Formats: sequence, structure tokens, C-alpha cells
Amino acid sequence: MNKIAASMEEALAGIEDGAIIAIGGFFAAGVPRLLLKALIDKGAKDLTLACGSGPLLGAQEELNGLVKNGQIKKMIDSYGLFRSATKGAQHPFEQQVRSGKIELEVYPMGTLCEKYRMAGAGIPAFYVPVGAGTLLQESTSTNVEENRKKKETRVIDGQTCLLEYALKPDFALVHAYEGDSEGNLRYRKTARNFNHVMAMAAHVTIAEVENLVAPGELDPDSVHTPGIFVQRVVKVNRITFDITNL
Amino acid sequence: MKQFEGLPREIIALRVSREIEDNSYVNLGIGIPTLISNWLEGRDVILQSEIGMLKTGSIAEGEDIDQDLINASCQPVMEVPGSVYFDICESFAMIRGGHVDVTVMGAFQVNERGDFASWLNPSRGLKGIGNVGGSMDLAFGAKKLFIAMEHTTNDGSPKIVGELTYPATARKKVDKIFTDLAVIEIIPEGLLLKEIYPGLSVQDIQSVTEPKLLVSRDLKEIEL
Repeated sequence: MNKIAASMEEALAGIEDGAIIAIGGFFAAGVPRLLLKALIDKGAKDLTLACGSGPLLGAQEELNGLVKNGQIKKMIDSYGLFRSATKGAQHPFEQQVRSGKIELEVYPMGTLCEKYRMAGAGIPAFYVPVGAGTLLQESTSTNVEENRKKKETRVIDGQTCLLEYALKPDFALVHAYEGDSEGNLRYRKTARNFNHVMAMAAHVTIAEVENLVAPGELDPDSVHTPGIFVQRVVKVNRITFDITNL
Repeated sequence: MKQFEGLPREIIALRVSREIEDNSYVNLGIGIPTLISNWLEGRDVILQSEIGMLKTGSIAEGEDIDQDLINASCQPVMEVPGSVYFDICESFAMIRGGHVDVTVMGAFQVNERGDFASWLNPSRGLKGIGNVGGSMDLAFGAKKLFIAMEHTTNDGSPKIVGELTYPATARKKVDKIFTDLAVIEIIPEGLLLKEIYPGLSVQDIQSVTEPKLLVSRDLKEIEL
């Protein structure tokens, strides 16, 4: 099999307006920044960006581009707002969340990653005790009031649990350190984070890899994401950035 | 205005570090808890970072900074012998699944039943949403949950309250509260005052604490 996309354009083929796109990364680590830049160039609109923990806070240039282009309809995240309330209040992203132009739906990080894993593993919904006794037990946590759906709950072994649904993105954009032409991936250090589970979850997973190798060159015992979860691979150059300045 | 001057944040962190036993797996939240790691160097304690790392080293500086190696607060950290990396679901299996021995978090408010609020500051003006991150998962799964915080807000209002006015992170989970003025254990009967800042009286602590305090028979000055 050969999953190599020859260009960014080819890698992002088929992403249309209204798509649900998972974005790997945790703050600045493991964010598919070059795929995001290509997504800005592509210009698809009304996107739902399904994140894990603030990848766009770690890639602010890309966040700015997406917001400026008016591409984001909705963001799903556990940590989507700027850490500094002052900085947030001045940022166009947060201003649009405040006005309701962009919807922000919030889940506890462990629940959110499990929503992706369940989608990848073919389990439509699950019960989780995290969030019981909080606002999250009452309804979906979103700034758009009419989208707050009542949560179903059930007491299991004496513990109130919330029913959460699997979250299956149309596409996932992930970043890997190494990958082969058949889509087997390896990540580096804490840049793994959400990338593996998002690759599992999406209908079409597009991986940008810093090092593209031939099948057989990755140690079969050390592959993090088996190629069956990855549909397209695109080679990118490693970009360096200052993580101390976020 | 704060009514009493107490321990600086670094020393609250030192006090919490004394409460963490060797051979523990520990997760430290943002704020005062982050400072605890400075006091754990050389101790047989392994730090779990929810981004997907066990045996998280100290903060990296200069040449040692690696953009692929950060903690959950986005600070560059060091890899040490025995460090391991894993994906986010495995990380939250450790957290939610009850494998972390001690979790230390900051809070806006704690009440006498062990409920606490940390994730959504209503003053930000964004109704019903906030940066929950891993806080609810951590609070739920911790074998022991410690809160490390200032005893009052900057304007002197109690943060240990009768009823939370901020949205809860979790209910009935907090075991102990460490502040600049006191160490308080949460027991079924309420708040048990165990240690106080040198020079302050029980009445002083009570005056900046909403619920009625129970006083330990072994009440002493904060031990460092």
C-alpha cells in the first residue's frame, strides 16, 4: 500500500465546508501545524474543530488564520480558552465565543479522549462518573444555550454516571515524528498525546510526518499507531518554535 | 486586603511536600501545586503528567529545552532515567482509574464536605464554559486529594466556605487543605483544624473561614 500524499493539497483532498476535523496536539506539543496552515490556504468553512487540550493555543498563528478566515463554526475542547483571561478578552477567537459566533463545547479531558477512543473502537456511548455533581451533569457544556442538551445519567454501584457519546470526526489531522508509506506512525516524547487516539477515531486520518521511511524501517515492536488507522501520510520539514513564549 | 500575613506560596508547597509519602505516584496541578516539585527532588516520588508522561523531571532551561517535551502546563521539562511516555487515554486511565496516589490542586473555593471549585471563574463572563482540562478527572480518581491555596482571596474573603458560589469541580473528594495560614483535614464531622501559622490563634483562623472549625486535640504550629 502506498498512502503518501504528494502535496498538502492532495493530503487535504475531500475536506469540505461543514466538516468535523480532529486536531492532534496538547498545547504546543504534537500539533499538526503544517496541515493547519494548509487548511487555512484551502479555506473550507463552517468547520467543527475537535480538539483535546488547546492545540490552537499552542499554535496561535494558525488559530489567528482560521479565525481571520471565518473558518471555525465550532470547537470542542477541554481547554479551549486562553489561560490568561485578560489575553483572552482581547483575542478575536474568544470575542467570537463570547458573542456566540463560534460555539465552544467543553468536556473533561479524560472524557473527551475516551469519546475519540470509543469512536475508533466501535462503541457508540459509555457511562463515566467524572463530572457527576457538577454543571456537566445537568447539560452539555457549551456557550450556545439552545445546544445545551440534558445529560442522561444512571447510578452504577452507587455512583452517578453521565452518558457520553462517541465522537467520530470526518477527518483527523495528526503530527508524527516518523511514519512509513503504509501509515505506521511513531511519535516523539509528549508530542504523542491525542494524536494516536484521534487517528483511531476519524473516518480519514491525515498524518504529517517529520521523517518518512520505507516499510520495514520502523521497529515493528515500537510502532505507536498501526497503519490501519491512517489513510494519508505527508512528509513535512520539522519546524522549530519557542514553547517558552506562549 | 488580607487580614493576616502567612506562609509564602513556596513554603505552602514545602508543607504539602512533607505530606507526600515516598513510593507515591503524584500529579501536581497548576499554581501552588506546581511549586511542590521543587521540594520533591531527591525523594522517591514519581510525578505523573496528564499530557502522557511518568517520572516527569524538573523544568528544562536553555539548551535542554525540547519542543516535544512539555508538562501539562506547557512548561518544558526534563526527561530522567526511568521516564516513560504514553498516549492520552492511557494517561487518563491512570488518573480516572485510581492509580495516582496523591493529587494536589489549587482551588477558588472548598467547603466543609470536601466539594471544591477550580475550573470556571464566573468573573470571566463566559457562562457555563471554562477550561476544565483534566481537573475533574484528577479530582475523581485521586486516592488522596490535597488542595493547596491561599486561605482568602486578595480582598480577604474566605475561600473555605459554607456553600460554593463557583461551579464545582467535584464533590466530597478533598482530604486536606493546605493554606498560608493553616492545615485543615476534612473529616465526616467537618473541618478539623490541625496546624496554624505561628503567632495566629484559632479565633484568627476562624475569622477568615466561613464554616465552624473543629479544633484538633493535637493542634500545633505549621510544621516545616
